[in-house]
Amino acid sequence: MSNFFKETDIDTSQAEAIVTETLKHCDDGELYLENHKSESIVLDDNKIKSSTYNSDQGYGFRAVTGEVVAYSHSNDISKESLRKSSENLKDTLKSKKGTYNHEIPKTNSKYYENINPIESKTFDSKIDLLNSVNNYLRSKGSIVNQVTANFLGEHKSIEIIRSDNQVLKDDRPLVRFNVSVVLEKDGKKETGVYGVGGRQSYDDYLKDGSWKDVCDEAFRIANVNLESKQAPAGEMKVVLGPGWPAILIHEAIGHGLEGDFNRKKTSAFHNLMGQQVASEGVTIVDDGTLHQRRGSLTIDDEGTPTENTVLIENGILKNYMQDRLNARLMGTKSTGSGRRESYKHVVLPRMRNTMMLSGKYSQDEMISSVDKGIFAVSFGGGQVDITSGKFVFNCTEAYEINNGKIGSPIKGATLIGDGPSILKEVSLVGNDMKLDPGIGTCGKAGQGVPVGVAQPSILINKMTVGGTKL
Amino acid sequence: MIKDQEFLKDIASFCIENSKKLGATDVGVKVIHSVSENVSFRNKKLDESNRADSFAVNLTTYIEKKKSSINSSDLSKSNLEKLIERCIDATKITPSDENNSLPDKDLMSKEIRDLNLYDETHYPNNKKIEFLKKVEETASTDEKIVNTEAGFTENKNNFILANSNGFLGGYKTSNFSSSCVAVSRINGAMERDYEFGSTRFLQNMMKPEEIGKIAADKAIKKLGPKKIKSEKIGVIFDKRISKGILSTLASAISASAIARGTSFLKDQINSEVFPNSINIIDDPKIEKGLGSQNFDSEGVETNSLKLVENGILKNYLIDTYYGKKLNLKSNGRSGGTTNLYFENGTLSFKDLLNSEKKFLYITETIGHGGNIITGDYSVGASGFMVEDGELTYPVSEITIAGNFKEMFKNITLANDLEMKYSTNAPTLLINQMTVAGK
Repeated sequence: MSNFFKETDIDTSQAEAIVTETLKHCDDGELYLENHKSESIVLDDNKIKSSTYNSDQGYGFRAVTGEVVAYSHSNDISKESLRKSSENLKDTLKSKKGTYNHEIPKTNSKYYENINPIESKTFDSKIDLLNSVNNYLRSKGSIVNQVTANFLGEHKSIEIIRSDNQVLKDDRPLVRFNVSVVLEKDGKKETGVYGVGGRQSYDDYLKDGSWKDVCDEAFRIANVNLESKQAPAGEMKVVLGPGWPAILIHEAIGHGLEGDFNRKKTSAFHNLMGQQVASEGVTIVDDGTLHQRRGSLTIDDEGTPTENTVLIENGILKNYMQDRLNARLMGTKSTGSGRRESYKHVVLPRMRNTMMLSGKYSQDEMISSVDKGIFAVSFGGGQVDITSGKFVFNCTEAYEINNGKIGSPIKGATLIGDGPSILKEVSLVGNDMKLDPGIGTCGKAGQGVPVGVAQPSILINKMTVGGTKL
Repeated sequence: MIKDQEFLKDIASFCIENSKKLGATDVGVKVIHSVSENVSFRNKKLDESNRADSFAVNLTTYIEKKKSSINSSDLSKSNLEKLIERCIDATKITPSDENNSLPDKDLMSKEIRDLNLYDETHYPNNKKIEFLKKVEETASTDEKIVNTEAGFTENKNNFILANSNGFLGGYKTSNFSSSCVAVSRINGAMERDYEFGSTRFLQNMMKPEEIGKIAADKAIKKLGPKKIKSEKIGVIFDKRISKGILSTLASAISASAIARGTSFLKDQINSEVFPNSINIIDDPKIEKGLGSQNFDSEGVETNSLKLVENGILKNYLIDTYYGKKLNLKSNGRSGGTTNLYFENGTLSFKDLLNSEKKFLYITETIGHGGNIITGDYSVGASGFMVEDGELTYPVSEITIAGNFKEMFKNITLANDLEMKYSTNAPTLLINQMTVAGK
């Protein structure tokens, strides 16, 4: 039984009939229903700055034939609205004829529990914790200039009604807890940001005083940056720390391996399948099946169970990430990578948890091999131009390396590289693979979806560091 | 069809009345309806059609100085009743903050002027398709163009903003936008560029041939880029990205950044921040303007402001909450700037390119490398070398870096300002930035 038609003038079987009738001459499509509850509670400048609760519900009706996608969405779940959408889709595709692909794999796996994190912690205790964060950080001294902390929690229920009454469901919890601190010393101000999260309740990440670790880490980063000097400018060796710096992988090659850009031949990787695109020790996967991780999904937003997709194995390009549309047009199978931000958005092939697997070297070996370069420990955001392959990301914690030793911290600089060639410059892969703390959001075509990344330490032979010191 | 004002007013009043019944001392509410139709093309074939019909209610309730908010897309009264109750419950247990309040009554907008922001013309999808065919035909004339994508979006919007002090106002707006992305290829290497037009009125839309041609020309010109040596050099920002300097200024002079002490321009009011030839204006009352508004997101009257006059920072962007913190009155900038622009410079584009022997001309930046707290700036960039006033070869995989405080003081503006977006700047030169390349 569907929960979406309870207080409407339409029941499940009537909706199913509209779906089947609309899609009868189409290759694919579905009615996607979503109920999304979310909250945001923000402490800033010693005050609870805002507390917001969002409740959103609606449907996205999609019909696909050939390469053409017709989409109509609304918050109004009613007979009239669905009929109007149906007419709209049929009108767009009236000159096309397809054959519906009924096949969709089934799964019994579950990668997270159906809990509602918003309700599983009281509002009072959230406010208390935010105040504790503020007091704890401010007790570190007058150097603390500003503290911001926030809870972001959500629960999303989805139902996918395919032609011939196949119904697929998923319930997805997601939380994120962030702390940002600004320190001021001798007229200089610097920021440190840290956060944790995933598909569990808040307390799984914050219990036993572990919220203090989040505060300490934000404070430590800001403190390091207070001592930072001008960053160097030019090409040099770069050692990346484990964990979150894997957003380099996400930007540099992840986007370029999404099916749509390769079908359309606009990715710098579109003609490199089966070829050496990385150094031999490099293996990269995109895994939707890790338990409780931010980027994990039991089924994707088309209903396909997710999997662990090998993208690059020992340097050789093996697979692209696919949704159903691009897989069909490229003669392959969906990898369970079809995702959408909400019912307001069309499905696109997207990353889940993108990971470079461990090699055999230690981080010390990498650093001691560098005469002049930088050691990048943490990053802010990144971006890529998938056509030219050029990508960037911003260091939020980085150090100089001189003669094999870590030197002074350096100011936040942008690093720029070329996607298809950067992985050939990876000369050492570390033995210390780490997952990120659960904070990533990936943007593509105006849609944000939660993702994860992981990598060991790596040594890159040559990258351009965008500092100000020549 | 877009819902009328009466429909939205009814929901707004329902929210205010029910919130007050449950104990709210003050209430602010916004009800929005928007309908959007988008068609996209790829390589001269229909790729996607998308119709969106969306409602939103944003409600904030106050109990004295306590405040909480809810947002919902479900306008049914049973749903709203439940959410209002939840909102009031949260408000009761949220700690109070002396700066929480509705705007002062005497600052509220008194009359709604017709700024010509709504064009009721409906451009049916078959017309959009004809338009996009022309865009792509023009874009793909040159054989170096291997891929084209084009889209047309029509948007109609209506809203009501109301509060328990008796303010109630709203109006319809429309937007038509079209874009083209072209991918060029030579010797296996590809480049991508685009053109984009956005207007309130359909009749003001760029010609499809123009959109296609500009996107293709730009993508072809970028082919075969070189990476240059690291050096200090004058950097010219193309109009497409020079407006980013104004967005940075807007973030740095928002009352929130100033009050929180997290702006590199803190304590710079009435100080020289730009060269004395520079004036920066934010004008909400431009007819058909993409950023135009009758009042801000709290209903406060909004008028033209000179943010920077003869290089001197004259005004912050102030809302009610942070205004109270700073002991300043709201100047109708809750929600940010409206139509923000540099007054034109004096040099022609050509004279600017000729003002030194060598420049780097940047047409695109990537990454989010601006830090509003410290003013440090470092982003990925691509563009062209300029030698003796001519664009000589494309450049990519480099970064440009500096600090906004110094960058602002070293700006020279050209006189080619166009009002194409809501934030607009002419071509501009920043004397001396660090370029990192080879």
